[in-house]
Amino acid sequence: MNASPSAPSASQAIVSALNHPAIWRGNDFAQVATPSVPTGYAELDVHLPGAGWPTGVITEIHVERPGIGELQLVMPAAARLTQADRWLVMIAPPYLPYAPALAAHGVKLSRLMLIRPKTLAEQLWACEQALQSTSCGSVMLWLDQSSERMAENALRRLQLTAERREVLAMLFRASRAASCAQAALRLHVSREPQTSRTAVRILKRRGGGIPAPVVLDLHSALLQRPTPAQRDEFDHVSEAPASAFVTH
Amino acid sequence: MLWLALHFRHLPLDVFTRGMPADQHPLAVTSGAETGARIIAANRVAQMQGVQPGMGVSAACALAARLQLVARDTAKEHASLKRIAAWSLQFTSLVSLADPDAVLLEIEGSLKLFGGLNKLHQHIARGIAQLGFNASIASAPTPLAALWFARAGANVRVQHPDALRHALEKLPADFICDDTAMRDLLENFGAQTLGDCLRLPRDGLARRAGRQVLDQLDRALGLRPDPRQPFIAPQTYSAALPLPAPVSQADALLFAARRLLAELCGWLTATGHGVQRPRFEFIHEKQLVTIITLELANASRDLDHLTTLLRERLARTELPCAAIEIAIASGKVVPLASRNLAFLPDNAGREESSSRFVERLNARLGAHAICGLTPHADYRPERAWRACQPGAAAPDPGQATSSLMPTRPLWLLTTPRPLRESGKTSAAPMDQEGSPLSLLAGPERIEAGWWDGQHVARDYFVARNQAQSLLWIYRERNVAAHWYVHGFFS
Repeated sequence: MNASPSAPSASQAIVSALNHPAIWRGNDFAQVATPSVPTGYAELDVHLPGAGWPTGVITEIHVERPGIGELQLVMPAAARLTQADRWLVMIAPPYLPYAPALAAHGVKLSRLMLIRPKTLAEQLWACEQALQSTSCGSVMLWLDQSSERMAENALRRLQLTAERREVLAMLFRASRAASCAQAALRLHVSREPQTSRTAVRILKRRGGGIPAPVVLDLHSALLQRPTPAQRDEFDHVSEAPASAFVTH
Repeated sequence: MLWLALHFRHLPLDVFTRGMPADQHPLAVTSGAETGARIIAANRVAQMQGVQPGMGVSAACALAARLQLVARDTAKEHASLKRIAAWSLQFTSLVSLADPDAVLLEIEGSLKLFGGLNKLHQHIARGIAQLGFNASIASAPTPLAALWFARAGANVRVQHPDALRHALEKLPADFICDDTAMRDLLENFGAQTLGDCLRLPRDGLARRAGRQVLDQLDRALGLRPDPRQPFIAPQTYSAALPLPAPVSQADALLFAARRLLAELCGWLTATGHGVQRPRFEFIHEKQLVTIITLELANASRDLDHLTTLLRERLARTELPCAAIEIAIASGKVVPLASRNLAFLPDNAGREESSSRFVERLNARLGAHAICGLTPHADYRPERAWRACQPGAAAPDPGQATSSLMPTRPLWLLTTPRPLRESGKTSAAPMDQEGSPLSLLAGPERIEAGWWDGQHVARDYFVARNQAQSLLWIYRERNVAAHWYVHGFFS
């Protein structure tokens, strides 16, 4: 009787209660207030809690194989942090980060630091120091195959160090690696077959739910083929057989 | 004027034991190496076994079997006292030595800065304990009264001249002079305390005991001027700390080194300087010496920071054998202004913490493990960058260069890797598995370096392999025309 007028307000109350950020519903992606840095990719931002790379937690990025866009994925955020005079620390990268390309991505090179420790223990120590320093904006640690059996408590320690600090902590691992329970965000980066686009799958995030893979075209600018006029000009110069350009 | 006196009663012992965290073995300081020598001071362990100052050496050895004896070193004591005086210049600009075992500080002007007399007392007491000395501290409006209070071991803090007389009256009369005949004379008068002396008729006392006694009393009460020689801080700092027992553990060495570092930092604060290359010498048995020089990016005088750097360096330094002495030298010092503390974390603080971060990494991993990258004006990709000190990269080339370089990979191979090629005449590049690469963009011709003997002539392409990775490959523009992979577009 008097329940009917109050029913809408009651459901509204429930809805508003459920909108509370502390309440997590298993079937969807709760909006969790997490301090974040925008990734620079709007398609990815909408699926991340806090709409960006979360700071103060470990983000684990599983890479199918190197050279498929994993570095470009994190570069806009890292570059922006170097512009704000905060260090971009790369610990044990698998290859040499190429300075002109980094500069072209907007990285302020005077804020780039490359650390190549000899042992895993030193890598972890350097990572911990970097996370502790308030001057670091983003810390990237690569773990190679031999160090994959990294003790869970070492990661736990890194996570505790990163907590409540305004720092992006990125952990790059091979996709076969066992995932660590400590990471608050886990992504898997792979290539879409037959295209040059990069597929980013979110494997774990705060707030729950696993969305469909986000497909990013990271290399579109790179792959603009030369116009025919340019090609003619080039052929003229190089004396190379045309078959060499498009080989399938 | 308000004077604070630091009296080091145990200085003969402290100069030997301050390098050790706790007394472990009985140790006593003797008056000399000769046979009739007497014990001057003994540490706690020795005292518990019955060794007392004033005892003969043989008697002491009979009481404590493993007693370690060291001869008193007055030169070292005096040097320590001077270093303490230099250290205490951080609290006031007027410090005076009161030989043989006390330092006087004029602190009236420092009270406001350090938050009052009690705070300053605590501050100094903590600092002295950090240096590894035992001091009794007292303050009074006149230097002599402060010194007497400190010598008496009375923790007296008289701030107002009116209260001085009352406090002085309780002190024993012995302090007036060192002369035993005079002390006996005063005792014969029945003057046990300074109060008793003050109550004696002045002219009679002057006639019988001499003008000197009255003058001392007047100086203590502030009725006569008592000028003190100001202590001037030395221009450089160097100190040595003997270890009572050989030490091989890094932690124990660090503990001893920290004593000297605390002295160094006090001296640096007093003179407004910072060290950039402090040098540590660990002197071992068999005359071996290990030298550690810390390299700091920015001058510093922060005790904790320097200790951390030394700890990291010690951790990766192998010492040949146990050390028996530690020496430290400031090296070159540079003026270092104090920084105003900000309410919010600001950029200056971040800059400081960033240079500290680099120094910590350097100390632990060695300078070769850390670098920054700077672009270099060269067309050859492998020469378009240089390693440099972190933070020392050239300023950004700006938008112009980035638009000029559209196709540069983020990952570069240090040495280009040869690709497999199909056996046809127009050789096509293939990846490791033997599947052909498809060329997506290019070529970009790079031909440079004929002038320095590293001539390259290459056509660069962006290629995609079967696994959809994007590679940066090139073909040499010579007769062989081999293909190489030079980078990944990550």
